Amino acid sequence: MNGLRADAAVAWAIARKDARAELRGRQATVSTLFFAALVLLLFGFALGPDARRLTEAAPGLLWLAIVFGSLLSVTRLHQLEVEDGALDELARYPVERYAIYLGKLLAGFAVVLVLGGVLLPVVAILYGISLGEAWPALVVTVLLGAIGLAAVGTFYAGVTVRMAAREVMLPLLMLPVVAPLLLAAVKATTAALAGDPLGDLGAWLQLLAAFDLVMIVAGAATYGYLLEE
Amino acid sequence: MTLTRILGAVALVAVVGASIFALFIVPADVNQGDAQRIMYVHVPSAWLAYLSFGVTALSGIAYLWRRDLRFDAVALAGAEIGVMFTAFAIWGGMMWGRPVWGVFWQWEDPRLTTTALLLALYLGYLLIRRLTEDPYRRATRAAVVGIVAAVDIPIVHFSVEWWRGLHQGPTIGSPDKVLHPSAPGLFVIALVGMVVAFTIAWSWLMVRRYQLARIEWQIEEHGRLGRISAARRAALATSPPAGEPVAGPGVEGA
Repeated sequence: MNGLRADAAVAWAIARKDARAELRGRQATVSTLFFAALVLLLFGFALGPDARRLTEAAPGLLWLAIVFGSLLSVTRLHQLEVEDGALDELARYPVERYAIYLGKLLAGFAVVLVLGGVLLPVVAILYGISLGEAWPALVVTVLLGAIGLAAVGTFYAGVTVRMAAREVMLPLLMLPVVAPLLLAAVKATTAALAGDPLGDLGAWLQLLAAFDLVMIVAGAATYGYLLEE
Repeated sequence: MTLTRILGAVALVAVVGASIFALFIVPADVNQGDAQRIMYVHVPSAWLAYLSFGVTALSGIAYLWRRDLRFDAVALAGAEIGVMFTAFAIWGGMMWGRPVWGVFWQWEDPRLTTTALLLALYLGYLLIRRLTEDPYRRATRAAVVGIVAAVDIPIVHFSVEWWRGLHQGPTIGSPDKVLHPSAPGLFVIALVGMVVAFTIAWSWLMVRRYQLARIEWQIEEHGRLGRISAARRAALATSPPAGEPVAGPGVEGA
């Protein structure tokens, strides 16, 4: 029990360090938010001025913007770590590897959560959706989606962070893996906005939660090998 | 080497024999006509794709455990051959879908969509291998990526299955029909024969790719040693040694 508590403290310390760096430098959030909002605007151009079509496509567009934004922000969190050789220092500490992974995951989760929290109202305004009664279900969906994106993103950022071609490799590796998350999150959002007429909201949220769990376990089990490099 | 040759000869005979049987001896399907014969290639390809990726994931785990590059060579063979069979499976599925479903790409078929994602996952795996120079680093990265990709496959399959299942009933002409066709006996013999023949061919390909990977590794190693000694000679020729250049952390390949 003591060991677990120590590992949790390590993870928390890493997450807090990242959060503090982010609050001071705003390296990951500001540019990412701007990019994601821009993507939403461009989707509007791509799908034309027909308001109904945009409303129908809104859940998919929202999640694509969140996925693209999280690609950038989670990498950024790792990038900062490598630039000063901090990741190598981190790897030298006599702490559990999975605690480092969970700490980075927690920081990534916070960033993606901010992203989702900002983009949701932006989508509502741009594409004319009333969030109305749907917001509790939407909050749960964004929470679960953010965990999954942070779990996968942190893992693949760890894989690619030392590579010269990481800007290309990260999306190539990460996008096929997050496909189930995208699918489930879009379905859950659509269901929530429509008032869950088919009663399938719970199933999609369960799928999201299962995805999160599997990816966290897989990431925590393998991330340590990447730090050894 | 001779054993590999014998295996290759057996594979060739088996594939040719099973193909002749499936193409000329088994009658055409009543409903689907000759298009159904695509299944004799499609089904074994899909099975071998999954088998290959399973081998890749298990060899990845074995590598992380033992740190033996031979496991990495097996993982590489599995991924490359798996990508080839995945492409076969998708191609065959599209060729079959066109006459039977009327479209090349059926979004509501979970198998097709899952397989397309599978192809993307393992192309990424091969790319990361190509872009990592150090053999041990490459093996580690490939192993963890291969493990996570394998873990993702069932979730992908589930989600796509639900995606279709939850909003619409099953589509016309589901692939299961192929397994219960009009003349069951001969069809099943042809299909099983092709699966066996393809699997023998697969094992021959795996052995060959593994041997090739070992040779590639030796050449790489040779080149590395050559570069080091050349650099040493050059350093000795030009100036008195001023200390070894310090390799810092940061981006590789700089």
